[in-house]
Amino acid sequence: MLQAVALSCTRGERQLFSDVNITVKPGTLLAVLGENGSGKTSLLRILSSLLSPDDGAILWQGQNIRQLKEQYCAQLTYIGHLNGVKDDLTPIENLMVAASVTGDHSSGALVQEALEAVGLKPEVHRLPTRVLSQGQKRRVALARLWLSIRPLWLLDEPFTSLDTAATGLVTERLRLHLQQGGMAVVVTHQEVALPPDAVQRLRLTA
Amino acid sequence: MNQPGMWDALRGVVRRDLLLAMRRRSDVAMSVFFLVIVASLFPLGVGPEPAVLRTIAAGVLWVAALLACLLSLSRVFTADYLDGVLEQMLLIAQPLPVLVVGKVFAHWVTSGLPVVLLSPLLGLQFGLEGEALGVLVLSLLLGTPTLSMIGAIGAALVLGVRGSGLLVALLVLPLYVPVLIFGAGAVTSSLAGVGGEANLSLLGACLALSLFFAPWATAAALRIALE
Amino acid sequence: MNFMGLNWSKYSAPQAFYPLAGSMIPWFAAVATLAITVGLYIGLLVAPTDFQQGDSYRIIFVHVPAAWMSMFLYVIMAVWAGLGLGLKARLSFMMSQAIAPTGAMFTFLALLTGAMWGKPTWGSWWVWDARLTSELILLFQYAGVMLLRTSIDDLRRADRASGVFVLVGVVNVPIIYFSVRWWNTLHQGASVSMTAAPKMAAMMLTAMLLMTFGFWMYSIAVVLARARCVILEREQLPSWSKPSSMPEVAEAR
Repeated sequence: MLQAVALSCTRGERQLFSDVNITVKPGTLLAVLGENGSGKTSLLRILSSLLSPDDGAILWQGQNIRQLKEQYCAQLTYIGHLNGVKDDLTPIENLMVAASVTGDHSSGALVQEALEAVGLKPEVHRLPTRVLSQGQKRRVALARLWLSIRPLWLLDEPFTSLDTAATGLVTERLRLHLQQGGMAVVVTHQEVALPPDAVQRLRLTA
Repeated sequence: MNQPGMWDALRGVVRRDLLLAMRRRSDVAMSVFFLVIVASLFPLGVGPEPAVLRTIAAGVLWVAALLACLLSLSRVFTADYLDGVLEQMLLIAQPLPVLVVGKVFAHWVTSGLPVVLLSPLLGLQFGLEGEALGVLVLSLLLGTPTLSMIGAIGAALVLGVRGSGLLVALLVLPLYVPVLIFGAGAVTSSLAGVGGEANLSLLGACLALSLFFAPWATAAALRIALE
Repeated sequence: MNFMGLNWSKYSAPQAFYPLAGSMIPWFAAVATLAITVGLYIGLLVAPTDFQQGDSYRIIFVHVPAAWMSMFLYVIMAVWAGLGLGLKARLSFMMSQAIAPTGAMFTFLALLTGAMWGKPTWGSWWVWDARLTSELILLFQYAGVMLLRTSIDDLRRADRASGVFVLVGVVNVPIIYFSVRWWNTLHQGASVSMTAAPKMAAMMLTAMLLMTFGFWMYSIAVVLARARCVILEREQLPSWSKPSSMPEVAEAR
């Protein structure tokens, strides 16, 4: 279970939000909504421990993530605005190297399955990522969700650049993840097509 | 801290960077060509007198190696910073300093190692022979990893900052000076008949110190840059 | 934190520190003026002429204290930077920021007076003596600290990045300090050492210590004044006005 208590954040000269409290229970997804500049990405980065809040604490299974440090990182998968994908490597190489670095060992077969599951045809798997379209690159980034066995997913506008088909595939994967007891915090502009009792909403106003 | 996981992560980081370097061999070639060009400028500017060249050889070659390393620093973290791979590295469940050592090692293989391998040829061009040549190679072998480690701190501090090319030079060059002095001094002492051991052991000490402390500083700088 | 019966920790807030600094500055400035005046008087007029270097040696009364200050101030700047990084205290970073220009000034003064000493003594304006060269490196480090800070737009990142750099650079200070000894061992008989002055007459020593003390007082006064400017500049930013707050929507259950 992920909890955030009295979070506040100042970026540059603006205070983005203060006294935000969150509880995400297993099997639920928290959708973070709000206008541009309202602090959604900052909130997600705080939850992922990339950014430290001005005030407040984040608790994972009751423990402060500042004490857990690397143990907390082992529990989450974070996909931000940037894809985290090298242009000079092929999608298969990208995912295999990323998996070996993070410790989620994946075989070539599993990686190919993941790429197909996110809608990338096999012909594309061995091309350098440089020649793929934005939408295809985003799919490569999101393919990590099919390889991830971690309970907490933090996704920043995952549906950007995706067409309807891909959006459907990712949403379905999310639904499966929640069904298995996972949690997710998703920053999004659009409504996530999931059962209403699995979704909470947090709206940040600028 | 998971021991086997740590080694796997380190290997993975090194493997990724070396794979990328193989795909962009021109980057490595550029370091090599730069070193040769800069080293060649001095005889052209100073005159081809063998005695003069032998005197300035140590300094010139060391400064050229230093500049080659400095110019390649933008390759250490910038690409990863721009495409989001660096962000992911900060979220890996292994100590960041260990991953930094991996990145810097891969960077050294593509920028420092070619310098070390090329140095005997350049040394000969400047009239260095025998023991002095050996000391030159050894000094660069000990010194270039140190330069990479210290340079990584600077590279991490200026990630995404405008004017970072010049700024990193200004930040890093004062820290390079001791290494330069010991490195060039080793060769000069060897030429003078005193033997380069004292300077070489100081170089070794610098390497050990930098291996110990620079990864921590670099990791701190990376976290600051990615907030 | 209680020391001498005063609660010092309340001064860790910039707003409280501002008036405290303001009240301390005139005292330090007065003592500085007195010490430097007396020190210069003794050094320039009263101390005996050196039998080797004549009267040109008198520049030592500015050069040596300035060089010492340049190194001390760097270390103190590093201490404040370390405190800032460790305690995440804004005021510590502001103090570090305030020290840099004064440290750079003393380094420049040491270099200038070093050159002025060099001309009559060795016949050239610049000598690659270990001490002078290391002062030059220190000047570059000060410049790097200040440039790094101004190059980064985000205040928080600028504070922390220059803090890390200052701490990394502190490693160079002992190397610089000991380079005088090492250089003489590695380069036998290379250059004249500026510190190999004969046993100083009591007057000379007094003048030197007075000047050092005076420079210390001057530094404190100037750094406090600059810190006040920094506080004014930074604490007037809009983030200190009333923050906008976020209403929270209850779970849609």
